[in-house]
Amino acid sequence: MSHAVRGLGIDVGSTTAKMVAVGSNAEMIWHWLEPAEPRVEEQVARFLDKAAAALGPLSGIPSVATGYGRGLVPAMRRVTEITCHARGVYREFAVGVTLVDIGGQDSKVIRVGSRGETADFSMNDKCAAGTGRFLEVIAQRLAVPLERLGPIALGTSEEVAISSTCTVFAESEVISLIARGVAVGAILRGLHRALVKRVVAMIRTVGLVAPLVLSGGGACNPAICQLLAEETGMAVHLPRHPQLVGAHGAALIALEKDAD
Amino acid sequence: MSVGRKMVYHVNVNLLGRAVLRWHRLKAERRGGAPRGWKQEYLAPPLSISPRTKELISRHYLAGRYAHLGRKVAWVTSGAPVELLKALDYYVLYPENHAAVCGTVRACVEISGEAENAGYSRDLCSYARTDIGSALSGKTPVGKLPKPDLLLACTNICQTVLAWYRVLAQHFRVPLILIDTPFLFGEASEHVITYVRRQLEEAVPVAETVAGKRFVERRFEEVTQRSRMASQLWLEILERNHHQPAPLSVFDQFIQMAPIVEMRGDGFTVDFYAALLREVDQRIAQGVGAVTKEKRRLLWDNLPVWYRLRYLAEFLAERGVAVVASTYTNAWGELAPMMDVNRPWDSMVRTYLHPILNRGTGHKLATMIRMIEQYELDGAILHSDRSCKPYSIGQMDQRDHLVRECGRPALLLEADHNDPRSYAEEQVANRLDAFLEMLGV
Ligand code: SF4
Repeated sequence: MSHAVRGLGIDVGSTTAKMVAVGSNAEMIWHWLEPAEPRVEEQVARFLDKAAAALGPLSGIPSVATGYGRGLVPAMRRVTEITCHARGVYREFAVGVTLVDIGGQDSKVIRVGSRGETADFSMNDKCAAGTGRFLEVIAQRLAVPLERLGPIALGTSEEVAISSTCTVFAESEVISLIARGVAVGAILRGLHRALVKRVVAMIRTVGLVAPLVLSGGGACNPAICQLLAEETGMAVHLPRHPQLVGAHGAALIALEKDAD
Repeated sequence: MSVGRKMVYHVNVNLLGRAVLRWHRLKAERRGGAPRGWKQEYLAPPLSISPRTKELISRHYLAGRYAHLGRKVAWVTSGAPVELLKALDYYVLYPENHAAVCGTVRACVEISGEAENAGYSRDLCSYARTDIGSALSGKTPVGKLPKPDLLLACTNICQTVLAWYRVLAQHFRVPLILIDTPFLFGEASEHVITYVRRQLEEAVPVAETVAGKRFVERRFEEVTQRSRMASQLWLEILERNHHQPAPLSVFDQFIQMAPIVEMRGDGFTVDFYAALLREVDQRIAQGVGAVTKEKRRLLWDNLPVWYRLRYLAEFLAERGVAVVASTYTNAWGELAPMMDVNRPWDSMVRTYLHPILNRGTGHKLATMIRMIEQYELDGAILHSDRSCKPYSIGQMDQRDHLVRECGRPALLLEADHNDPRSYAEEQVANRLDAFLEMLGV
């Protein structure tokens, strides 16, 4: 079915690397996701081999790279995550949305206009608060597997207030809470709340316009989804593949450029 | 001051020093052309006035080096009523400008480290840290700074200067004149005007005593006249950017503004800006834009990022983006109409009460909106400067307003004007790229 591939998108993020292939109708026909490796070039080469094995030869297929590692990807073009996410989410929802993407080491909020254009955006500043890294650090400290964080937080109605959004300070705050015998569930719920509040502050800078869509690794965490809905008072919609929105958008841009 | 010392000063500064610097300038002018690595594809050739700018700045620091042989030295804040001191023939040093030089040559971390080691917090403005670090250690990229005989601080830019200059006064054990300019939320009231005027009048005898000279009103008027002329020329130069393509990018302005800040009131500064205006007009006549393929025009808010000036200029120019107006460079021109030689005291009070940083966030927003309209700008970059709180406060709301009410995309870019430890190039580049994609370039 190699004839069907018309565009490739590669999103090399700080935590995961993803690749999406689209067909001539912009539909996603293949995708791949792995934890990001330090040797970006090698990982991408392997991705391309995998894609070629599944889809047939890829030479001549237009490609677009995005994400922090995009400079190291041998693609036809490089486009920022902002533009790619806007394109990806618009393809799926076909209306203007406010997209919140919570990634491993950065979070962003994009207001996508009714024609799919980026109307405004905001990214987290130079710290890990409001990103997946915030939870990852604490998960390690509490020896809880990452995927269990959300369910444990939602499994209780108790919640302690975590005052620090700084990852380092929050970590020491957690240590002292544990020392005081506070239940892990209540701590985790409080941590998710702190993260979501930080994200909501970012949403405010671009203005919240419904519908609200959540993507990135953060979307795989049910506590983030629920608390985000609570804090914004709005329903949170998830894309079919929350972690592939950027790569999909990149593939769509590759396809469009090909059509140009 | 003995005749002998004056002679040595004259020979070193006015004869030998000037001759050497002039020779350097002439050599650079003869050589002409662009320096190595100049991105000719997207940047206009360097301004031919550049060697002269360099000469002026070098001459200024050279005069400083020997100042004590012939003159009294005052250190002043960038918004200080310097005309008073120039009328008394002080050599005037601007620690903020000196700190910017340190920033440009990337010496800020080392020099401000001296202040940090002495216990000054990293939350303090990086200009203050650089200056205090330099005062404590003697480190400077300009050879040697003259010690002050007098300090003059004016609070019309921030309250940091208040504490900073007290530290300097203690360190150097010299008198400090402090001019307190109440923050203006609207029009300056009569009471405020009288209050500032009295402080200025009271400053004169102090400055006279230190200078050992009498204040002559006529001299003061002459200096004020020259300040006004230079500021007026600077404003005209900036306004030439109404033309498309803009002849002078904001990054050029950041360099070319040095004389209007630190040599305001001198005759050669007027000549310098007259020459720059001629060159800018020449560019317009020849259709030369600072950015060769100007596709979008932007506003810059706040101080520059001194240590990455060229990088940012090239990054944007390469993508066809010209930054053509800035609230910062405008600050040294916009007050020109307030300077009035016929009423030098009144006009001085008004001028030094009205800098942009003394007028609140609403005024700055109004300035930005006016610039966006007048310069036909497509968007704005708001440098959120870790150091300069008074300039950065309110930027979130200002950005919101520009986006929502004016329909202009605006980007908040986090950095620090002098301290590269508060700057992350990857993130800056990523945000700029995303912003430019949004602008369709
Ligand atoms: S805080 Fe701002 S206004 Fe004050 S000295 Fe520093 S840079 Fe200048």
